[in-house]
Amino acid sequence: MEMPAPNPAIVAKKAELVRRLSEVLPSDAVIHDEAETRAYECDALTAYRCPPLAAVLPSTTQEVSDVLRICHQMGVPVVPRGSGTSLAGGALPTADSVILGVARMNAVLETDYDNRFIRVQTGRTNLSVTGAVEADGFFYAPDPSSQLACAIAGNIAMNSGGAHCLKYGVTTNNLMGVTMVLMDGTITEIGGAHLDAAGLDLLGVICGSEGQLGVVTEATLRILAKPEGALPVLMGFDTNEGAGACVSDIIKAGVLPVAIEFMDRPCIEACEAFAKAGYPMCEALLIIEVEGSPEEIRHQLSLIKEIAAAHNPVDYREAADADEAYRIWLGRKSAFGAMGQINDYMCLDGTIPVSALPEVLRRIGELSKHYGLGVANVFHAGDGNMHPLILYNANQPGQLELCEAFGADILRLCVEVGGCLTGEHGVGIEKRDLMVDQFAPVDLEAQMAVKDVFDPAWLLNPAKVFPLASSEARRAVKIAAE
Amino acid sequence: MNKRPETEAELAELIAGRDAPLWIRGGGTAGVVPDGADVLKTSGLAGISLYEPGALTLVVKAGTPLAEVQGVLAAEGQRLAFEPADLRGVLEASGEPTIGAVAAMNVSGPRRIQAGACRDFMLGVRYVDGLGTIVKNGGRVMKNVTGYDLVKLMSGACGTLGVLTEVSMKVLPMPEAQGCVMVDGLAPDAAVHAMSAALGSPYDVTGAAHLPVGVDGAPATMVRVEGFGAQVDYRTGKLRDLLGRFGDVRVETDAERVTAGWRYVRDLEGLVGVEGDLWRISVKPSDGPAVLAGLNAVKAQMDWGGGLIWAVVPAGTDVRERMGVAGHATLVRGSGQPRFHPETPVNAQLAAGLRAKFDPKGMFNPGLMGAN
Repeated sequence: MEMPAPNPAIVAKKAELVRRLSEVLPSDAVIHDEAETRAYECDALTAYRCPPLAAVLPSTTQEVSDVLRICHQMGVPVVPRGSGTSLAGGALPTADSVILGVARMNAVLETDYDNRFIRVQTGRTNLSVTGAVEADGFFYAPDPSSQLACAIAGNIAMNSGGAHCLKYGVTTNNLMGVTMVLMDGTITEIGGAHLDAAGLDLLGVICGSEGQLGVVTEATLRILAKPEGALPVLMGFDTNEGAGACVSDIIKAGVLPVAIEFMDRPCIEACEAFAKAGYPMCEALLIIEVEGSPEEIRHQLSLIKEIAAAHNPVDYREAADADEAYRIWLGRKSAFGAMGQINDYMCLDGTIPVSALPEVLRRIGELSKHYGLGVANVFHAGDGNMHPLILYNANQPGQLELCEAFGADILRLCVEVGGCLTGEHGVGIEKRDLMVDQFAPVDLEAQMAVKDVFDPAWLLNPAKVFPLASSEARRAVKIAAE
Repeated sequence: MNKRPETEAELAELIAGRDAPLWIRGGGTAGVVPDGADVLKTSGLAGISLYEPGALTLVVKAGTPLAEVQGVLAAEGQRLAFEPADLRGVLEASGEPTIGAVAAMNVSGPRRIQAGACRDFMLGVRYVDGLGTIVKNGGRVMKNVTGYDLVKLMSGACGTLGVLTEVSMKVLPMPEAQGCVMVDGLAPDAAVHAMSAALGSPYDVTGAAHLPVGVDGAPATMVRVEGFGAQVDYRTGKLRDLLGRFGDVRVETDAERVTAGWRYVRDLEGLVGVEGDLWRISVKPSDGPAVLAGLNAVKAQMDWGGGLIWAVVPAGTDVRERMGVAGHATLVRGSGQPRFHPETPVNAQLAAGLRAKFDPKGMFNPGLMGAN
């Protein structure tokens, strides 16, 4: 993955930039020492690193506005950063950019149970949003696996999902309003505690725009009453087709579980070796979770059991209590750790139509042989969001490139069968160059036109999402203006 | 002059070779097309492209009648969960609503508070922009963050950014049963408290409305649950207990009566034939009662737990001036005032910038949205 070469004219202005930033921020909020800026050299896509020119940690919306105004005036690119957990390189800096981290802005501003929303500063972590309301019986639904660490700012930038979005939707379905700062420092409010937009749905296009349209500093989020309870069921199948057909039949029957997770044999084996959750050894395993009162849960599980029986499961276990539920989830939740135990891995995020599942798994198996790299599949089966984990050895020269080529082929396969490159992680730099496989040039042009309106100089996170060749002319305007 | 292209390519060619204003017309039921305007009919772009019940996915051409879509889904026991309203009665319109118009206007009904709006169910779009370019965005899968979400931008843009030619939607199973818990005789503020209690409960309420003047003339507050039969019995029982402190509670589980009751709310049946301007006002639910009181409405109803007010007011009333709280008001039937709520200067400028990019010739539904 290439990044544009840093603009020497900008790098040369570092001293002036730091001086001006220090005029609007406390001294401990401007990080410019080369040893310290290293802390911001990458996000969770650690294969790519580059320390920024400087990093700033504003504490208020006004400070964010001041920083952006200065960078805008000086023509300095800005890379917004939540908690730096992006798997797609969404917060990867360039050497001529300023990292704008929102980590210090983590306050709860308003909690309103009557109207079922919470307003927070966006540096707040996902899980701590639920933490602020759970004692009163509420929760914030989107639950990305990184929820302990990831910030709402990043969730909004990437339109993050999670295991439970089959029922509750992803970030965009739970975001009611934002306070956002545009690249020129203008502060604006969009949406709020009421529903839907007065005019164009600006909120809808801001969510998922990967920090390229503005910096969201405050968010109004929908909160929901916690269900009375939840229990999972685990079932094993001796073919992927059987498991896939079972998922489809459950959905058709009108049961809408909160989560349907799928693991293939390599993943089951790795998780079992690692977590010893007592999983059955089979080709495909489903974990399905339903919610409600104990009576409602029993009823839904009985329907699921009846449907599953038609697909000849080799194993079927209902959790009778919290302890059994814990053990059913244990293997799935340790999938990433289990793979990390075996080797380095790359986690992909394509989505496919659920009906294409058996074909896609078969062809991933063929690609695995072709590339000579192992792959394990774990994914959200209800909505077709796959997470193939490709195993490779980062210390062996050429393996990262081989792994990336394998991953790119899997993502092209997702597009070919009617799916997409990324279901919840975002494009960042990781999938940037594959965008041409999913979109025609005119489709990308329409998206870039939106950025032209919000950030005409293309200074906000400019080298992400769009292939560098597609965005080159727009990014060049900035350099020409120097 | 009427144009009725039969293919997306024909539509693209027509738009590319034109620079005069063009009003996009689905079924003609929303009543937004001015008399004598040049009209683009989308009815030639019709038909279901793909429907996979097991994947909860529907791809449909924009000019397809809504009724046809709903019929095809019902045959598989599924539905559009955002519950699009049929406002023909209150708009005194004939014609057949199209799925494209529902998408373009982000039309959602009572279930919006629980399931989401039309925009939340839209997975993908194809459209022709103001230069005649065919653009696609999103797709047919349920989770997709690949590139910017222009799907949301197109939903609710009322055609001003482009002519939708095809939409992909997430559909949901129709529940086995439904029930309605009703409290009689509440004033609007007590009704909103009751609805907030219900919506803040774990019973997954899928509708919460208040009719200050119900079918029998008395105030009625309605709370809906849906699901499996036993689940609905359980939840209506729990809600009956929960709402007992607000007044006398009744439970209705007869499917036909519950459906009819919520159709009455959804389609504004109680406001049909009431003289005056019709407004749709979205506010924070707890602000609803005060806003309603300040409207001097001839007749009104509250949906979305109090957050959505439909009000018929004496013609010419400036509802926006009377609101006094954050939110927005749309003039749905009437004239003399802008249809859409004015945006803040910054947001208006962003919206105008987007329109200039997507429809640089300013052709589509000119003046309908924004200050152009």
